[in-house]
Amino acid sequence: MNRLFEGLPARAFLLLAILAAALLVAPWLVNDYLLSVLIIVLYFAYVGQAWNLMIGFAGQLSLGHALFVGIGAYTSAAIFVHFGIGPWATVFIAVLASVLAGSIIGYLGFRFSIRGVYFALLTIAFAEFTRIMVDHTEWLGSTQGLFLPVANRESIDLLNLRGSPMMFYYVILGMTVAALVLCRLLLNSKLGYYWQAIREDQDSAQAYGVNVFRYKMIAVAISSGLTGIAGVFYAFYYNNLFPETTFATSRSIEMILGTVVGGVGTLFGPIVGAFFLTPLGELLTALTDDIGLDGIKPFFWGICVAGIVLFRPSGLWPWIAGLLGLDKPAGGEGK
Amino acid sequence: MPVEVYFNVAISGLLAGLIYGLSALGLSVIFGVIRIVNFAHGEIMVIGMFFALVLFRSLGLDPLLSVPIVAVVLFGFGYLLQTVVIERVAHLADHYQFLLMAAIAIILISASLMVFGPDAQGAQLPYAFDSFQIGPLIIDKVRLYAGAAALVVAALLFAFFRYTSTGKAIRACGDNPAGALVVGLNVRHMYALTFGIGAACLGAAGAIILMVVDAHPYLGPEYTLLAFIIVIVGGLGSLPGAMLGGVLIGTSEALAGILLQPSLKSAFSFGLLILVLLLRPQGLLGKASQ
Repeated sequence: MNRLFEGLPARAFLLLAILAAALLVAPWLVNDYLLSVLIIVLYFAYVGQAWNLMIGFAGQLSLGHALFVGIGAYTSAAIFVHFGIGPWATVFIAVLASVLAGSIIGYLGFRFSIRGVYFALLTIAFAEFTRIMVDHTEWLGSTQGLFLPVANRESIDLLNLRGSPMMFYYVILGMTVAALVLCRLLLNSKLGYYWQAIREDQDSAQAYGVNVFRYKMIAVAISSGLTGIAGVFYAFYYNNLFPETTFATSRSIEMILGTVVGGVGTLFGPIVGAFFLTPLGELLTALTDDIGLDGIKPFFWGICVAGIVLFRPSGLWPWIAGLLGLDKPAGGEGK
Repeated sequence: MPVEVYFNVAISGLLAGLIYGLSALGLSVIFGVIRIVNFAHGEIMVIGMFFALVLFRSLGLDPLLSVPIVAVVLFGFGYLLQTVVIERVAHLADHYQFLLMAAIAIILISASLMVFGPDAQGAQLPYAFDSFQIGPLIIDKVRLYAGAAALVVAALLFAFFRYTSTGKAIRACGDNPAGALVVGLNVRHMYALTFGIGAACLGAAGAIILMVVDAHPYLGPEYTLLAFIIVIVGGLGSLPGAMLGGVLIGTSEALAGILLQPSLKSAFSFGLLILVLLLRPQGLLGKASQ
């Protein structure tokens, strides 16, 4: 516990407590629509955190993280559909499958010292390759899609993860908090320092005796495993899976947008980014719905994202943290 | 199936591959000099397609003849994009540049969606169904013209980089920007020229490909990925490599389409990409990384 809160200023505690309380009571105060938006926000905060671990902590750029969502989602959904085994049992298989895929990509990439842009393209290639393979796999529903039996949205069946949006809200909230805690602990551990050394200068880290290959592999494994869990949630929340919408590169981009906007390499960046971008998208939908012109929403959305990259390149969180006075004592985030 | 069928398919794949190669040249030039990975590549090419389509519809201009016009306009677009926007993120890490380019791609897709709508639209050429018969082989007239045009543009680009002083200066900036600054080159201007030239390649490729493919806002991401595969296979930054990669991917996709299943042909390309990244990450004709 000490390591978790070490070095945080008093006002950070206060703000964290207010935020936690707000998130806990939120589902009782909002309507169905806002609840669904909050679930999506938390989902992106969670996957952003998982992606951030690889790029923000260990400096390895993945542009194919939709692959791990897809593997987690398809593994758990296929087992549920074909054998009726619920997600709490299959989440381990899903994580295992995602970690395996991540490790294969990591092993191949790092063994052959593929770095930077080339590594990013390797991740895209694997994701797209898998998408086409799932397209041709009858057992996974191929292009027709894989559908989970529609759940009763009134009841709560936590065991099979079938039930009301409120249940999904608390599940994803729990996952997001757990990921935040895990990342905070990892970042301040020895492992985290090795990662940051590799991120800043891989060659120097190697020269100082850091086993670069090993720690990069650990980063990919943890990141892909965490993302695989998000896939399980995705499958059971949406109840339908299509290769095109699950594995596509545009999904990978969507996953990382929030984190880059929020602040790569910071702990709160993924959360702030998700809380900013998803509502922004919804707001634009509401504003542009009346105009009824195809493409007007993504147009403004693209301009907002480009504007943030151009004018706040380190992300929103370091800036907000500065405004709130949270950046004074080094608490692990902010560099 | 008679063996001629395979030859016909291979030739038509090869001709398409020349256009892919030209488009990949645009990506390769930009990466080779500015070290920016242009994730809005396919979207810029689609803008070129739509522009050629507008010229065809309003003036009845054959896409072949609109190539220089589209190329010049997109050159200006690329020049401005580099000086006004991209230059500002040059010092930032890869993922910021990637995100900015992805945002530009989203803006371009949705802009073309707003203007042209979501339907596929092509230029109906009067000679669209003509073909040449050489012995047992049948070659589509449009494909032959399109492939030849792509080859001509690519040759012009090679000549520019090899023989003109501006071309040499750009290569110098790509090899060693600091050194280029020291000897008095205006690196900023050269980078903008380079992005302009890359975009001009895409404009030319877009106008040419309109002869054989209908324009569609969502074509962009597909062409972006295709160009990535081609330049990685050929060697990122290597100009002959981009053309070779284009021809290789064009031909093998066409053959995979008839030997396996049409829907599996891009899996074949991605598989090839993974293999090349693992066995020869610098690409077939690329220089080993420093």
